Amino acid sequence: MSVVDVQPTPSGMTMAPPPRTRKYPGWLIFTIGTIGAVLVLALTSELTGEHALTSSSTMQNTITLGLPILLCGLGGIWSERSGMINIGLEGMMILGTWGAAFGGYHWGPWMAVVTGAICGALGGALHAVATVTFGVNHIVSGVAINLLGAGVTKYLSTLIFQPISNNPRDSPPIEQFDTFSSPGLSDSLLRMEKDRGNSSVQGMASDVAGLVRGLVTGVSPMLIIGILLVIATYVVLWRTPFGLRLRSCGENPVAAESLGVNVYFHKYMAVVASGALAGIAGAALVLGSSPSIYQEGQTANRGFIGLAAMIFGNWRPGGTLAGAGLFGYADGLRLSATPEAVHALLYSAFIVAGALVLWQLYRRKLRTVFFAAIGAVLVYALYYFTDELPEQFLPYTPHIITLVVLALAAQRLRPPATDGMPYRRGEGD
Amino acid sequence: MIWLSALRLVLATVKKWGPLRAPVLAVVFAAVLCAVVLLFSGANPFSAFGAMIAQVREGQVAVDIVNSTAIYMLAALAAAIGFHMNLLNIGIEGQYRVGAVVAAIVGGAVVLPGVLHWLVILVVAALAGALWALLPAVLKVTRGVHEVISTIMMNAIAFGLAAFLIRRDQFGVLVGNNVTTDPIPPSGQVPGIDLGSRGTVFGLVFLAVAAAAVYAVVMDRTRFGFELKASGLSPTAAAAGGVNAKKMIMVSLLVSGAVAGLVGMPEILGRDHAYTLNFAQGYGFAGIGIALLGRNHPLGIAFGSLLWAFLEKAKGALDNEGVPKEIATIMQGAIVLSVVVAYEIVKRMDLVAEQRRVGRATAAVVEPEAVK
Repeated sequence: MSVVDVQPTPSGMTMAPPPRTRKYPGWLIFTIGTIGAVLVLALTSELTGEHALTSSSTMQNTITLGLPILLCGLGGIWSERSGMINIGLEGMMILGTWGAAFGGYHWGPWMAVVTGAICGALGGALHAVATVTFGVNHIVSGVAINLLGAGVTKYLSTLIFQPISNNPRDSPPIEQFDTFSSPGLSDSLLRMEKDRGNSSVQGMASDVAGLVRGLVTGVSPMLIIGILLVIATYVVLWRTPFGLRLRSCGENPVAAESLGVNVYFHKYMAVVASGALAGIAGAALVLGSSPSIYQEGQTANRGFIGLAAMIFGNWRPGGTLAGAGLFGYADGLRLSATPEAVHALLYSAFIVAGALVLWQLYRRKLRTVFFAAIGAVLVYALYYFTDELPEQFLPYTPHIITLVVLALAAQRLRPPATDGMPYRRGEGD
Repeated sequence: MIWLSALRLVLATVKKWGPLRAPVLAVVFAAVLCAVVLLFSGANPFSAFGAMIAQVREGQVAVDIVNSTAIYMLAALAAAIGFHMNLLNIGIEGQYRVGAVVAAIVGGAVVLPGVLHWLVILVVAALAGALWALLPAVLKVTRGVHEVISTIMMNAIAFGLAAFLIRRDQFGVLVGNNVTTDPIPPSGQVPGIDLGSRGTVFGLVFLAVAAAAVYAVVMDRTRFGFELKASGLSPTAAAAGGVNAKKMIMVSLLVSGAVAGLVGMPEILGRDHAYTLNFAQGYGFAGIGIALLGRNHPLGIAFGSLLWAFLEKAKGALDNEGVPKEIATIMQGAIVLSVVVAYEIVKRMDLVAEQRRVGRATAAVVEPEAVK
């Protein structure tokens, strides 16, 4: 992730933007961020006594619910890196859920992933035909595909699932993946999680143990697939000639064309891969729900959250993984924790704001210190004067976080330069 | 000679009806697509379409179609206002939900004489819708945040807000098995046209018609409409002409949100008299599809809404034909996609024809000079 992006070639009157270099390599930021997040949660759990925040079941829910978001976000990266906006991820994910249920019912969980990917890829291919070949506005085509995806699956599930499950909205349950745990590690972590000891250090250690235990207990092959796909996305897009060409189509297709890159081909590949990833996200959703069935309205706008995770991650796989983890956690906590535990998250927000104040003081950015301090005081006041957060807003935490990130960091995000712009072969200037 | 002039007439007509090529192409393509899907599921397309048309004469279907058309028209107008500026207001879904729940709460709480009461409710709905569009507009103007992403987020949050507001410790009351807001007293209800067993046409159907008329006048006959369209067609040219782009973005998103806020009103003031848990959803995205279908033209939008409402309300007939009625949603999606693709194709055909024409014309001019 430390690769500097391909800069658009300066052509004619336009000036090339100054190259953006990062002070620290991406993996370091990612590691520090992860450790920081774990520490903040452990500290909150220790200070507020809401241990559900760091329980292993919360972590498992985070993984189950974060995976579809992660895979959708990866799909977004593939498509948008080639310059194609893909609002249709939601529709492709819906197609994926149906495909996974169909394939899983007939041939088991591994085929569920494959058929989900195929169905999603079909949606992606439709998007590619409309946008690449016919030059339709990307967002317009995406909205149409969302309508179409919902319609096609409703129709197909009435046609095919209803005779088996007697319900037009559900599929019959499909076989789940066998999960596996690392026996020694999982047990010793369980002991650590249960035994909070007397000192706060031991308490925090048991919080960390809970989070790690959630990661290594009841691991589904879906998690492995997800992690492998993150790595594969990074390697293919940032470490191969194909990926360089694909990204160059998103930065400056005319320049790519002049270098002999087949822009249409790369855009097609990107959008179809994007659809396939969204389809796998659908499969992850089906396999992750219990019982494992396709349900109408199951995706619940997770495709859009995937897009949000991608934006949060600045169009990069590692950042998207972090975003998906954050949003998955917000979603997972709702399942396994009480409203009071969710309320304790405000305390986490206070810790983060406080840390920001100190960091910006160190960097002598007084204006930022001022705003961060006000934010910290407001969050603490909210924490102090309320007992619980209205649970109705909890599912929407990712959306609110996304808006805040966009409002604060929109200028620091760097989408591909020609994201969403029309391109036709041979019409460059 | 007669043949020649007849041919000329036909050619002239084709040229005159040139703008209709795209919709005709789209309808033909969508019809073929739907027919293929119907055949695939083992039904005769002609009898299926026939059954849907026959369904219109049944019970309240015709009145339902009229009512739905009005609702879709409002949603599509809201989308079209943004489209003129190249703004994609995906947030209509959330804006109309917030408009509906806030207006229902206010309408149930205040007591005002007759007409004034529902006028106030309408204004509140529009204001609430505009308010829900305010944050995306501000983010767009000050921070450059793309409105599609921010409005998608606002849509989701709107669901949470509505669910929160009708909690029973907030504004909700339990009616039977359903949680609703306080019912709006009769002074705030808009009377409809009672057609007996055929159902009741919502009074606010006329609001949709009025909105379409106002929209047509504003777009074609006022400076604001001109500036809006100019900014959409060429932001640089509009800026050079003294149009304040940021102001136009703010105003058009807020107006779009205000119109979106009204989308829920025909049902709430005409039938439900409260915001209920099972308030309809999906009108926003339908509105976007219909605005694309109608190419932002008021008559196109009216026609598109009618088509959409027909598919939605007459689809029940398909079940009797042995076809899952969900196919109507596929038809809607297929029609939207066909329309946008058809317009692109026709645009390109025109472009190529224009290039050829110009090429021939310039070649004719250049050649004599080359001879010299």
